[in-house]
Parts: sequence; C-alpha cells; structure tokens
Amino acid sequence: MSEPTIIEIRGLTKTYEVGDVPVHALRGVDLEVQQGEFVAIVGASGSGKSTLFHVLGGLTPATSGQVKIKGRELAGMTNSERTELRKTAVGFVFQKYNLLPTLTAEDNIRIVQYIGGRPEGFSPEFEEVLRLLGIADRMKHKPRALSGGQQQRVAIARGIVNSPAILLADEPTGNLDSENSTAVLNLMKDLNRRLGQTILMITHDSDAASYADRIVRMRDGRIV
Amino acid sequence: MLAIAVEVTMILTLVGVSYGTLDGTAERARGVGADILVRPPGSSVIGLSSAPMSDKLPAILMQEPHVTFAMGTMVQPLQGFDSMTGLNVDEFTKLNGGFKFLQGGPPVSDDDMIVDEFYAKQKGLHVGDTVNLVNHDWKVSGIFEGGKLARICVKLHVLQALTGNPGRLSQIFLKVDDPNKAQAVVDALRVKYKGYQIYTMEEFTSLLSISSVSLLKNFIGVVIGVSVVVGFIVVFMAMYTAVLERTREIGILKAVGGSSGLILNLLFRETLLLALIGSALGIALTYLTQWMMKHSVPASLVQETVYSWWPIATGIAIAGALLGAIVPGMKAVKQDVTEALSYE
Repeated sequence: MSEPTIIEIRGLTKTYEVGDVPVHALRGVDLEVQQGEFVAIVGASGSGKSTLFHVLGGLTPATSGQVKIKGRELAGMTNSERTELRKTAVGFVFQKYNLLPTLTAEDNIRIVQYIGGRPEGFSPEFEEVLRLLGIADRMKHKPRALSGGQQQRVAIARGIVNSPAILLADEPTGNLDSENSTAVLNLMKDLNRRLGQTILMITHDSDAASYADRIVRMRDGRIV
Repeated sequence: MLAIAVEVTMILTLVGVSYGTLDGTAERARGVGADILVRPPGSSVIGLSSAPMSDKLPAILMQEPHVTFAMGTMVQPLQGFDSMTGLNVDEFTKLNGGFKFLQGGPPVSDDDMIVDEFYAKQKGLHVGDTVNLVNHDWKVSGIFEGGKLARICVKLHVLQALTGNPGRLSQIFLKVDDPNKAQAVVDALRVKYKGYQIYTMEEFTSLLSISSVSLLKNFIGVVIGVSVVVGFIVVFMAMYTAVLERTREIGILKAVGGSSGLILNLLFRETLLLALIGSALGIALTYLTQWMMKHSVPASLVQETVYSWWPIATGIAIAGALLGAIVPGMKAVKQDVTEALSYE
C-alpha cells in the first residue's frame, strides 16, 4: 500500500515585482510528495527552487495555484495561519544554518519547542536523535563555538524537534566542506529511514541530490 | 540603559532639590521660634522680592490680644537661590534665644555680616573675611549654626538703606502668650488686617510643599515631560537600531513559527528590563548628585532622597521606554521573513 500524499502542488505560480518589472519565478509547478519520501529538487540558480522552498514553507504566499501540506491548503492563508503552519507542520534547515547567535545549541532547539507549544525538555527519543546527529555533547555551546557541520546538525535537530510533517532543507550543504557535507547528508538520510521523516531538499549539487529517494529537476520556474 | 538612568537621575535630582529647598526653608522658618508669620499682601509662599510693609507694623501688632512680641525682617534676594536677611539681632535673641555662633559673634558695625555654617562652607568663608554683596563690602563677624531664619544676615537698617527701602519690612514674626491660641489669633488678625498673608508657623511650613507651590509643581511637570520625551527618543533610537541589527534573528524566529505577539513580547520584555536596570542605576546615581551638592553647594542646593518618587520616576522611565519601543516593534513584526533571512 502506497504512503499518503503529504505535499500536493497543482499549477503553482509565483510572480515578483522587481520595480515595475514582473519576474515569473514559478510558472505552473505540479508536484506530489508521499509521506516518508526524501525528495531532492535540483536546478540551477534562478530555476525557481528557492521560491518553491519559500512558498512550501509558508514564508511567502503563492500568486496562484494550489499547495496542500498534509491536506491543508496554503492558498488564501493569512499571515497568522502561515505562521501557525510553520510552527506545526514544517521544519527548516537553511544553507547559512540561521541559528540564533546569542543562544546555546540547546536553547536554539528549545526556543522552537517553546514556540511550538511543546512540553519543556527533550524526550528520550529526541536525545537519541541528538546522539545520532553527534551533537549531544555540544548542546551547551553557542553557535560561534561550533564548526559549520556541527551548526548544521543543530539546525537539523531544531528542524525536527517538533516532529513536523515535512523538513524543508535549502542547500543544507552549501556552506560545508565535502567531509561535513557527506556527514550531514548521511544523517538526513538516516533520519528519513529511521524516523520516516519526509524531507524535501533544495540543491544545485547533483552529488547531494543522489542521497534522496527521488530527484525532481527544475528549470525556468517549471519542473522538467 | 545609561540614557534611561540619566533620565531617572534628572527627575529624582530635581524633585529632591525641590523638596530639599522647601524643607530647608521650612526648617529655618521653624527655627525662628515664632508662632505666627505676617507677610505682605500678594506675596508668595516661597519668595519675598519686596519690602512693602511699614516697620511701624510690629509695634501695632504687639498691641493685639495675646501677641507678646513682634519682630520684622527684610529679605533681599541675591543670585540664584540665595537671599540676605536684615534683622535686629537683639530682637531675634528675645524671640528665640538668638544665634548659636560657631565662630565669631553678632554684627557690631554696620558692615558686619553673619552667615550660617553651610554658606560659610560653600563660599569658604571665615570670620574676618570680606564679601561683596548688594554692591557693598561686608565683613564676616560670625558664623552661626544653620537652621535659623536665614543663611546670610545683616543689620536691618543697613539693608533697608542699601536697597532703598528705609522703614520697610518683608515679613513679621509674632510670638503669642499661648501657642495653642495661635490659630485663634491668626483668625482674628486676618479679619482685622485684610489682604495680609497671615499664618501660624505650622500652617506656613505645611504650605512649603510641592503641591502647594504652583511654580514648583509646574517646573516638575515640565521636567517630567522633558524626561518622557528624552526617554522616548533614546529608547526609540536604541530599539530601532536593535531591530535593524537583529533583522536576521527576527526573521529566524518568524521562520520557525514565532508569531507577531512573540516578537513584540520579546522586544517589550527587553525594553522593560532595560528600563528597570536603567532606573535602578539612575536611583543609585542620585546619591552621587546628592553627595556632589552636599560637598560643593551645601547652602544653595540641598537634595533630599524622596523615596516616594522612586516608583514614579521608574514608572515614567518605563512608560517612555515602552512608547519608544512601539514603532521599532511594529517594524519587526512587519518584516518580510524571506528578506529578513537574507539580511547580512
């Protein structure tokens, strides 16, 4: 029996206004992602993959089309509804890690837990995830005391602490050396396998994409 | 934080000086040992800038029932908060036993002047020193213990002549045979001497409060207004800069589901903390201003510690700070998440 569809995109468009010039970043994207899938969206710079990431994550509204995450339609959502979506259904991993510099690794994770209204403290299962990510002993350190690879692993832990329906990763290895890139990608694959975490990874790197179950290619705002 | 501290110090220092000035005046008025004070029609509680009463009035007032003694003085305002009082030392001694001299003695010649210990300390005066006041050279003949009538005293007729007020008085102190009858005597005098400002000493000293002196009340109101505006601008600038500097951090919080309420809550809590720490620092700094005044201008400015104003000044600082945080807070809330995340 196939897994239920967790992401459903139909005819998605996104047009930005740059001055008076309209820029068509997405020109009718159709995509389905099943629960537990690890999908890589691959494309060159300007292909629209980052815009797709922003729309899927509820960071920016679509211009037209239909986007459903776990059955919830994003089109027409208000700002606060999109905030709620980010709080409960989506986890993020960014290229530049985006950890809060004044907080420790642990507090960077806990603040997301707090925002998500989850009980304080890490569950034994999550402690196991921290060990799997190899950062259990780095929790009291601030980001500046961590290597890029460690920061990205903290960001991954932060992204999944509230058990989101999907984990969106935007060029997660873009700032890492090859050794750390391999480690992070292996960890993401491991999380996908062990926890059944649905992952949608944006990348321009075909090597990174090869870790995914499925590769979707984008060009000029369309899936090809 | 330092700006908020300065704001709180400014309020508390000015309020403290206002209280100190009024309480010092009240203490010296009580130190006269009189029961009743008679002031000219239209005079204010805190200042005497003219001498419109005849020096024959004390003798007339002594004819009134229960009045056993009357002494007139003339007050000449000097620079700043200082004033010079002309009096008859023998009469003053009859009224309350006289000055207690720490150095020297009462004025003998017409050029002699006596000053209290605080004025002497402030000006570095010693017995025998010469001081020019009211375009006249005075020789310090004595330094007396403070808290009685005035800080600078000279012979009454000399000051009257020097200021062009011969035979004129600024105020008259009365002694009655029974202090319990002072109010009744005042009531009777008010009927007979219409327009004169006549008080029991108790009533007069109670009038020396900020709420009774409209000039001070307005002055403090202006200071508070300026403080709120300063606090508002300072916090506005500080929080606006903080929001700009933290654009990316705010973007991160919003990306992970932080609501507008959470962002505002964080900013306002930070502002509140800044205001509280700033206020505590400001309160501590008032002890420094108090020490500085005590050691540099003990006669001109006395700053009291007015505990009741601590929460008021803190409240004003918090209100100004929170007002200043509103616009930056709204800017943070309205920031586009994707733009904020790409902010370097």
